Amino acid sequence: MIKILIRHLVKHIDSFLLGCLLFAMLIGLFVLYSASGESLERVSSQFINILVALAAMWIATNIPPQHLERIALPLYILGLLLLLGVALFGEISHGARRWLHLGVARIQPSELMKIAVPMLLAWYFSKREASLRLSDYAIGTILLLLPVGFILKQPDLGTSLLIAASGFYVLYLAGLSWRLLLGASALMGGLTPILWSLLHDYQRKRIEILFDPSQDPLGAGYHTIQASIALGSGGIAGKGWLNGTQTQLDFLPERTTDFIFAVFSEEFGLLGNLLLLLLFSLITGRGLIIAAQAQNTFCRLLAGSITLTFFTYVFVNIGMVSGILPVVGVPLPLISYGGTSLVTLMLGFGILMSIQTHKKLVAA
Amino acid sequence: MKPRSEFKNYQHEQYHFRIRLGVAAIVVLLCFGILASRFFFLQMARYEHYQTLAENNRISLVPIVPNRGLILDRNGVLLAHNFFVYTLEITPAKVNDVEETINDIGRLVEVSSLDRKRFKKLRAQSHNFESVPLRTHLNEAEAARFAVNRYRFPGVDIKSRLFRHYPQGKMGSHLIGYIGRINDNDLASLEKSGDLSNYKGSDHIGKGGLEQYYERNLHGTTGFQQVEIDADGHAVRVLSSTAPVPGDNLILSVDSTLQSIAEEAFGDRRGALVAINPSNGEILAYVSQPTFDPNLFVDGIDSENWKALNESLDKPLINRPIRGIYPPGSTFKPFVAMAGLEAEKRAPPFSISDPGVFVLPGSSHRYRDWKPGGHGQVDMQHAITVSCDTFFYGLAMDLGIDKLTSFVSHFGFGKKSGLDIRGEIGGLLPTPEWKMRRFSQKWYPGETVITGIGQGYTLVTPLQLAQATAILANNGVTMRPHLVASIQEASSGISRPVPIVSTDKISLRPENMALVKQGMIDVTMPGGTAASVGAGSTYTIAAKTGTAQVIGIKQNEKYNESEVNERHRDHALFIAYAPAEAPKIALAVIVENGGHGGSVAGPIARKVMDYYLLGKTPTPPIPVVPAVTPEAGVPQDLTPIVTEDEEPHD
Repeated sequence: MIKILIRHLVKHIDSFLLGCLLFAMLIGLFVLYSASGESLERVSSQFINILVALAAMWIATNIPPQHLERIALPLYILGLLLLLGVALFGEISHGARRWLHLGVARIQPSELMKIAVPMLLAWYFSKREASLRLSDYAIGTILLLLPVGFILKQPDLGTSLLIAASGFYVLYLAGLSWRLLLGASALMGGLTPILWSLLHDYQRKRIEILFDPSQDPLGAGYHTIQASIALGSGGIAGKGWLNGTQTQLDFLPERTTDFIFAVFSEEFGLLGNLLLLLLFSLITGRGLIIAAQAQNTFCRLLAGSITLTFFTYVFVNIGMVSGILPVVGVPLPLISYGGTSLVTLMLGFGILMSIQTHKKLVAA
Repeated sequence: MKPRSEFKNYQHEQYHFRIRLGVAAIVVLLCFGILASRFFFLQMARYEHYQTLAENNRISLVPIVPNRGLILDRNGVLLAHNFFVYTLEITPAKVNDVEETINDIGRLVEVSSLDRKRFKKLRAQSHNFESVPLRTHLNEAEAARFAVNRYRFPGVDIKSRLFRHYPQGKMGSHLIGYIGRINDNDLASLEKSGDLSNYKGSDHIGKGGLEQYYERNLHGTTGFQQVEIDADGHAVRVLSSTAPVPGDNLILSVDSTLQSIAEEAFGDRRGALVAINPSNGEILAYVSQPTFDPNLFVDGIDSENWKALNESLDKPLINRPIRGIYPPGSTFKPFVAMAGLEAEKRAPPFSISDPGVFVLPGSSHRYRDWKPGGHGQVDMQHAITVSCDTFFYGLAMDLGIDKLTSFVSHFGFGKKSGLDIRGEIGGLLPTPEWKMRRFSQKWYPGETVITGIGQGYTLVTPLQLAQATAILANNGVTMRPHLVASIQEASSGISRPVPIVSTDKISLRPENMALVKQGMIDVTMPGGTAASVGAGSTYTIAAKTGTAQVIGIKQNEKYNESEVNERHRDHALFIAYAPAEAPKIALAVIVENGGHGGSVAGPIARKVMDYYLLGKTPTPPIPVVPAVTPEAGVPQDLTPIVTEDEEPHD
């Protein structure tokens, strides 16, 4: 009886993927313990975040993809309305307007859009599948840029970038012509100066300092310099857990969130880095396999987008911490401290698992 | 839609999708490859570089400032020492509104307008991130009151600093000197001498007198603590530490009681006195009047006090013994006499009949004797005793200027003595070559004539005059004058005596010496120009009086002391050594605008000699200074809240 219940509970779980995710989150807890100055309080709070995220994931695994397809459009519209709400009545914290108070709870609509945007686009392209025209890609782009624009205005460069990426992956996987892709890249190149002028001063500064951190060693360049020092001084084997001087002596800024990778890297060295990279590769690889095996266009596009967006997270965060990408506020998935983004992320993985495990039912 | 086409479409779709997925997978691998190679670059190739940076981040060297050496007189009386005081300091960079903060502090702790002024001045001199003292010498109650409210004042700290204190106040300030805050010039010279690293953490440096000359000894060696610091610069733990080596103590040859007797003897008069032990060059007293309180300089002097000192007509900041230059007047005569005797120009029984004037052949200019009508029949010895000008006019002419100056230069005139205080002036012994260089004019015989009585171009410092007297007393042997008798290592207490150095020796025939000395002994005997000085003395004093003109007197004009503006009156000079048979003390006294040497400068010298030789204190007695006289209100036994090597954590 219990066996049947358990089997029913784990019916839609992809055990390989879950194993990798749990391992990564476990590493995250250990790194957090070190980064937070051995604060058990912080670790247990993150542990609760993980439990909530796992619950969200489990719920998502049990929602068949067809249902997701059905709620894609309403979810997107809700998300847009909430973003509009944020723009009008949002709460300002740390100079950005990201949160919306809904009486009982504070929500961050941009997080919702991380799921809603790829869902909507996957739904749109699966609907238009038989008769895809160039105009569909234009409509897709507009549907994508609408929320991205809102979020960019908040301002939240990191999230808008990731949502733009997630939407772009759908367009790409849906068959956006290579010629157009190349053309768009060229256009982007041409538009760079215009985009540059649209960026906030602090964003521009971050990009400038990326290329020359020594420009402002005590100000904006401080993050990059200190993170590079943490990585480099970690060496091959690392300084050992809880022994990173950059971490323990407060030289690393934002070390429990955006710069947590520097803590990991300082204490576990090159070997630790490669292991973590392997783990992220396995997760990405599993996601891509799920996408490849998915049964219909909606599932394929959604699974592909979720997986590649996860990869983008990882690449942008580690790239920024190791000093090859500009500092944009993107946490390291599964490792960084924080509940909201973890829940969204695990919801995404739940959807992946659902796509993988509901397949046979559809086939049967 | 037909099922077939749907199936075909599906196959086709999936194929294209997988190709695109494959391309994406390659991009993913490529990106992870870039990250991995970045790791290799940072963590293997550049490991050493970043390792060093991390260590530099982590480890900070905190200097531990050594205790400055003490200055003590020959009997162990403290002249300069250190003690802990609480200071209230502001780091301007950490404070939003400095003015407002000072006002707020003023409600807790008294902040005078003087404090504000000093703070302003110090702030202007220091960097924004340096902490600048606002109030010093906080008492315990004030320190406690501020400590309780400290949280309200970020960037304001109570520090416990070692402060230099000169317990004798104004006494001997020109010889002790003072310390002041290190300024840009000091930094530049420290950098030049390679001592800059030893001054990390030091705020003060010797600015004058012995404090300056013996800076290297007094400062000590700065210790260092290797401390692990966090990103805010707070010390987390000490990794290693090197203790500082405290500065050496200076033990002076000066006797502070003698010094204060000498200073008191001057009363309100301006002038200088230098007393030397002729046998070894030890300076026994070193007076420059008026003096100043060196304690004013330690914190940085405020503008009012500075103005008062700097603009005073009495020029209290001039270090008169080495920087005051005066014509030697008649005190020059014994040395001219020695020159004449050694050159065999005026050997006894040579004598002149003094008419009271001297006239150069072929000239109408009359060189007058100070005594109208002259001194009658005068030989060399008597000429010294009565200070006969006419005798020395002729002698100078006979000797010629070159012979005269080259001989007396062996008594130290015209050159620096090498005293252990910086800034000594060498005075002036004129020669025709010098005059040609200086004025592009030839030397006139009349200038030789007046050089014979110490007038004209000749200029001496009080130290030179005392030194010349000491050399005479020491039979022509020059001992380098020095203020510091021994240097004591603070930790071990071992003293190294300062070497006694003989720098010159002129051979003088005993009979000539005896003659000049007898002439000088007679000066203090009835009939001599300073008979009153020798009156009632139980020891014999050899002396010479002198008067140096401040303004020129025209031919046919008579100098009338009472008619001349006080500051245009003649300077009174007096040189002496005693006991004449076995000299223990040689001295020179100059009283500016004092008039005649015997009556004004002589009694000062007598008081000094009486104390030094007989232990006799003048009446009314001058209180003997106690070992330590701390300033009123100075906390003595305070255990500091923080010490320099333990920065406060907040």
